[in-house]
Amino acid sequence: MNDSDGKRMLWVSHMVRIRDNQDQAAFAELFEHFAPRVKGFLIKSGSDASLAEECAQEVLATCWHKAHMFDPARASVATWIFTIARNRKIDVLRKQRRPEPEELTWGPEEEPDQADVMALQQESELLGQAIAELPAAQRELIEQAYFGDMSHSEIAQKTGLPLGTIKSRIRLALERLRHAMK
Amino acid sequence: MEYDIKHHLTDDILMAYAAGTLPEAFNLMVATHVSLCDACRAEVESYDAVGGEVLALDVPDDVALAPGSFAATMALIAGGPVQETPVVRAPGSILPGPLQDYVGGDLDSIKWRAIGLGVKQAILPTSREASARLLFIPAGAAMPDHGHNGIEMTMVLQGAFQDEGDYFARGDVEMADSDTHHTPVADIHEDCICLAVTDAPLQFQGLIPKIAQRFARI
Ligand SMILES: [Zn+2]
Repeated sequence: MNDSDGKRMLWVSHMVRIRDNQDQAAFAELFEHFAPRVKGFLIKSGSDASLAEECAQEVLATCWHKAHMFDPARASVATWIFTIARNRKIDVLRKQRRPEPEELTWGPEEEPDQADVMALQQESELLGQAIAELPAAQRELIEQAYFGDMSHSEIAQKTGLPLGTIKSRIRLALERLRHAMK
Repeated sequence: MEYDIKHHLTDDILMAYAAGTLPEAFNLMVATHVSLCDACRAEVESYDAVGGEVLALDVPDDVALAPGSFAATMALIAGGPVQETPVVRAPGSILPGPLQDYVGGDLDSIKWRAIGLGVKQAILPTSREASARLLFIPAGAAMPDHGHNGIEMTMVLQGAFQDEGDYFARGDVEMADSDTHHTPVADIHEDCICLAVTDAPLQFQGLIPKIAQRFARI
């Protein structure tokens, strides 16, 4: 296990402490790390700073209240927080409902298998590294697709690139990621 | 899973669903398809993971939290969770959960309107950038002929249809764009019910249908 894996597993154990013990110290660290990132995400999505601040607080409060729903065998803490922030963005900035798929019905609630948790968190680490190692232009396009609230065609307008090129660049970046994940 | 889905959503659409940049009607299509399709569910969750890693990666220099941000968040927490109305869903319905939410119940809650030749439709309430509707096509009948301005996706919920030699059954999605001129025909064995979403008004030939189109919101 390297340092970054350790970090990811640390966030997982923070979530467990928040869920089981309402641990404010663990929550404070989670907040310090993720709240500015969520705020930045909302600002890049077109929110003004004060609305982004308000939403970031709501997103982190949701992390506390829904800690029991976090499944570390299915998502990293960052991914889970991203999905909460994204849904808040759709709700507040775009003023829309977000239809969600039916939940898969698992067996009776039980602790996920530790080996599954480790494997998923390590995969997330590999994915994170692969994104960090992408050529800057490709990384920016992926960031814009997620955070700029831009469609592929809007990205095309902004960068002056033809739409087909954008799509194939995003695909290429994603294929590189998939390749790096193998 | 009763049927092996052969026609899936594209990577573009699945990624945009994860990113949260699709119009509401398209989100409804993805949520409905993913409710039936494990392959696309896995794709969406992997795009969620890309989003999470991009969020984790980015350390914004110019973004600072407001003073007292943490205390304000603890106060929100002390106020208790936001009350969510529990979702009631009919088990074993042909309508996956997200569709039941938009219909407001099961099949018998759909407010069908006849649009000719036995075909019926029901517009679902979504944001105006794109539209979503349920279509009912009697067994063996053709869907009304139309061209497209934008992207249209049609997913089978009940029965099946045939189009240009391709066969679409429950869970299958047919994608069409402005270059497509298709005439899907419902399978003879059963009435066909589909979810159709489009980001542009469907174009019908002639002036009067154009005016009618404005009222029918299609
Ligand atoms: Zn699929």
